[in-house]
Amino acid sequence: MDDQLSRVFSALADPTRRDMVARLAVADAGVNELAEPYDVSVQAVSKHLKVLEDAGLVTRTREAQRRPVHLEAEVFDLMTKWIERYRRQAEERYRRLDDVLAEMDTDSAAPTEPRRPRERGAS
Amino acid sequence: MSTTTRETTITAAPDAPTVLITREFDAPRENVFRAHVEPELVKRWLGPRDLTMEIDTYDARTGGSYRYTHRDKDGDYTFFGSFHEVRPAERIVQTFTYEGFADSVTLETMTFIDLGDGRTRLEGTSLFESIEARDGMIASGMEIGVNEGYEKLDELLAE
Repeated sequence: MDDQLSRVFSALADPTRRDMVARLAVADAGVNELAEPYDVSVQAVSKHLKVLEDAGLVTRTREAQRRPVHLEAEVFDLMTKWIERYRRQAEERYRRLDDVLAEMDTDSAAPTEPRRPRERGAS
Repeated sequence: MSTTTRETTITAAPDAPTVLITREFDAPRENVFRAHVEPELVKRWLGPRDLTMEIDTYDARTGGSYRYTHRDKDGDYTFFGSFHEVRPAERIVQTFTYEGFADSVTLETMTFIDLGDGRTRLEGTSLFESIEARDGMIASGMEIGVNEGYEKLDELLAE
């Protein structure tokens, strides 16, 4: 498990691979699709994919012609569980800060720029 | 819980002992900054929801220091540090230590970016002593104030 965790970490040490993972978290994608936003060859992207595959982070479907790349959620959870929890804590804190800031708005009556209405209901 | 675009983003770099947190606010930069340096305002948002926050010192200026305690039925959690630099409405650099783990210190840099239209982006970087220290902190959830978060996370992970 430790080995896998360190493979996961080093696979994600590269910003391009991190970005690929982030996009795969939204939906499966083919290699060409994945390569599109980057200024690198499809071959380079395939290399990145190999590293992600070796870390167990992604798999590629054999049968379909475009062989879509799929993010293996369970493995990714090793890290994301922790990080998501941490993020949520920060988000909760910042929602309280939103409330404080909203009250400051009304307190200091004469702001210089127009305010747009807040986008969320009270939580 | 319906916020769409403004949610906190977080990045724990796999190859460096850092955590980056970014969040946008519908408030002018001066106000977001004030909410970080005026103790009466800080008190209202920094502590976990179910804990009271007591401030011993909060002297947010270059060379100043802070110390505060979160309190719940199980105990006290005290944090302290120094303000290395407080540059009004732009940037705060401070150290951060949890007294229960006093050998460890984090360097935190907060940058306040004016987005125009009375909006602000806050970018925070925490630099830990090692990747292990960073991961340990994230894994422990700072040991406090995570219960509500857990439940929602469980639901999320169950999907």
